[in-house]
Amino acid sequence: MAKEVISILVDNHSGVLTRISSLFGRRGFNIDSLTVSTTDKPEVSRITIVVNDDEKVLKQIILQTARLEETRNIFVLNPANSLYRELLLLKVAADKSNRSELREIGGIYKAKIIDLSPGSMVFELTGEPDKIDAFLKMMEDFEILEMCRTGITAIERGGLSEHLS
Amino acid sequence: MKLTGADIFVQVLIEQGVDTMFGYPGGAVLNLYDALYKASDKITHIMTAHEQGAAHAADGYARATGKTGVVLATSGPGATNLVTGIATAYMDSVPMVAITGNVGTGLIGRDSFQEVYITGITMPITKHNFVVRRVEDLAHTLREAFRIAQTGRKGPVLVDIPKDVTGAITEYVPEPPVQVEPVTSYDQAAVLHAAQLINSASRPLIYFGGGVCASGAGELLRELTQKAQIPATYTLMAAGVMGYGDPLNLGLLGMHGSYTTNKAASQADVLIAIGTRFSDRVALDPASFAKNAVRIQFDIDASEIGKNVDVDCSVVGDAAVVLKALLPHIQPATHPEWMRQLQSWQSIDYRPKDHSDRLMPHQVIGSCCELAGPDAVYVTDVGQHQMWACQYIRHVKDRKFLTSGGLGTMGFGYGAALGAQAALGRDQTVVMMTGDGSFHMNMNEACTAVSYDLPVITIIFNNQVLGMVRQWQTAFYGKRYSSTDPHRKTDYVKVAEGFGLKGYHCETLDEFRAAFAEAMASKKPAWIECVIDKDEKVLPMIPAAGNVEDIMMS
Repeated sequence: MAKEVISILVDNHSGVLTRISSLFGRRGFNIDSLTVSTTDKPEVSRITIVVNDDEKVLKQIILQTARLEETRNIFVLNPANSLYRELLLLKVAADKSNRSELREIGGIYKAKIIDLSPGSMVFELTGEPDKIDAFLKMMEDFEILEMCRTGITAIERGGLSEHLS
Repeated sequence: MKLTGADIFVQVLIEQGVDTMFGYPGGAVLNLYDALYKASDKITHIMTAHEQGAAHAADGYARATGKTGVVLATSGPGATNLVTGIATAYMDSVPMVAITGNVGTGLIGRDSFQEVYITGITMPITKHNFVVRRVEDLAHTLREAFRIAQTGRKGPVLVDIPKDVTGAITEYVPEPPVQVEPVTSYDQAAVLHAAQLINSASRPLIYFGGGVCASGAGELLRELTQKAQIPATYTLMAAGVMGYGDPLNLGLLGMHGSYTTNKAASQADVLIAIGTRFSDRVALDPASFAKNAVRIQFDIDASEIGKNVDVDCSVVGDAAVVLKALLPHIQPATHPEWMRQLQSWQSIDYRPKDHSDRLMPHQVIGSCCELAGPDAVYVTDVGQHQMWACQYIRHVKDRKFLTSGGLGTMGFGYGAALGAQAALGRDQTVVMMTGDGSFHMNMNEACTAVSYDLPVITIIFNNQVLGMVRQWQTAFYGKRYSSTDPHRKTDYVKVAEGFGLKGYHCETLDEFRAAFAEAMASKKPAWIECVIDKDEKVLPMIPAAGNVEDIMMS
């Protein structure tokens, strides 16, 4: 079992995400996260998925997804040469008594405070998933009101990816 | 020239060489049917009793000819009635274009009358599907559908067309059909590796499936078996590719394959899988299937490599192209010891017993083949009769044994047989074998056979029960025959007459032979009911997830 990040370039059509998730549902592929957005080319969307499964399943995910008419390219990112980022929004109960402590922890992780109310605080943090996990660990001592994280989006370092050239 | 969407639809079908199609009209496709009415000199539209029958007919047409089958249905229930037919084609990689009407674009998403999200419903059972929202996209989308259906591993494509798109007008520019490029790429190093493994084998076995038929690789396959004297076994989807008199043809593999073929798979030292996917009806237990063999797999679809059973060497490519590349590297060889071993297994293999006091399935099928001649097309439904047909039909050739393998669709047969008959013409002998269970699902298509004078001869193996399910209940459920003995009182002769065709009731082989000969000579659709014993079994049988050690021979 290994965590792998897969990039899928697809036609930017309505319904393409349904098609991908329908395939995953039918074949019983489990994924940890999925993000999708448009790219610099308006006709192309990029889907980033994180898979935590054995090599055989990973291979099936790639080959089955590659069969779809709307899949332009699919590849596994090399972890040694890739940048993984995720965005976290976290709402914590905060009042006079712990506001400065929270601010201090946020400062260490370079999390931004983007909302403040008499009873709460919202942090915004971008980073590698491990960093977000570590920040959340520290926040366990406080009362978390709401949380959402986007899942990983990823890109390779250096010039145009060998997978795309 | 400026045309309506409906006229463009017809023009593109003509462009693509469609001369016969199947379907059923309705509100959302009125414009399309109006355009077909005007083009009825160019395209024959066969209206079935039910959209499911139309979908199976398009499938049968495609299986019999290799051309893309076309089916048309209206929105809502018309579209959902296609679903089983599309799924059947998908599981067996049959090229089909299904066209559905839909409500107007302004009504989509509002639960309008006869509205259904058919592209959502068919997403997992099509190679691809489309909704055409603008008439300007219609011609291109339909052409794409035909291209996709025939490219690489073949399969069904659905195009959903809202009603207003069929009435809108745009510029139409004719285009010749795209010549579908066969997949010609393959990995030469892997081919050489495969050749080396085959050349060093002492107990080689070829195991082939529907991919060999789809790529027209039958001749090359026979060449490979001959050149290195390699025995071969096949799946349900590839019955008829090897000649029956050929000692290298071992017969069917898997759940209802012979003892010999299953034993051969377990004892082979090199297994060459060609155009087949190690399904659970062949590799019943994937962990022990061909466990003593180095496994080689050739398939056009990369996602099939190692999907169900791990392989040691693989080549992704069209079966014909890969075999052509492989053959020059295969050294002539013989395997006398292996052949002797196979013959000794054959000598103790299951043989059905003839009876003169009652009808036996293998004797009916044997007589049928003799009377129908070597060029008949056989179509089956699903169940015991299907397995008997595959085991005992002896004259089958490529594209002449049409059966629902992957999905196992009861009710497939009649529609498919009508599609094959429409494709090949009235002079072609088409025999449909069915059981009383399967036949009750779609016997309504008898009206289509009569309306279009399609002389399909239907043989109904009537054992009064759902024989295959009942066989499992006998073997594994303590003979608790839950819902498999329906006590139907159907009089097939009368029902046939009610539909306007001839019906025969047979209880002896002589009666059957007389009925079949008369039906053949009449060149009219007919039903021949053959009464068989309800305890008749399909043998041998290997239970699901078992292997040859678990085989049941009685």
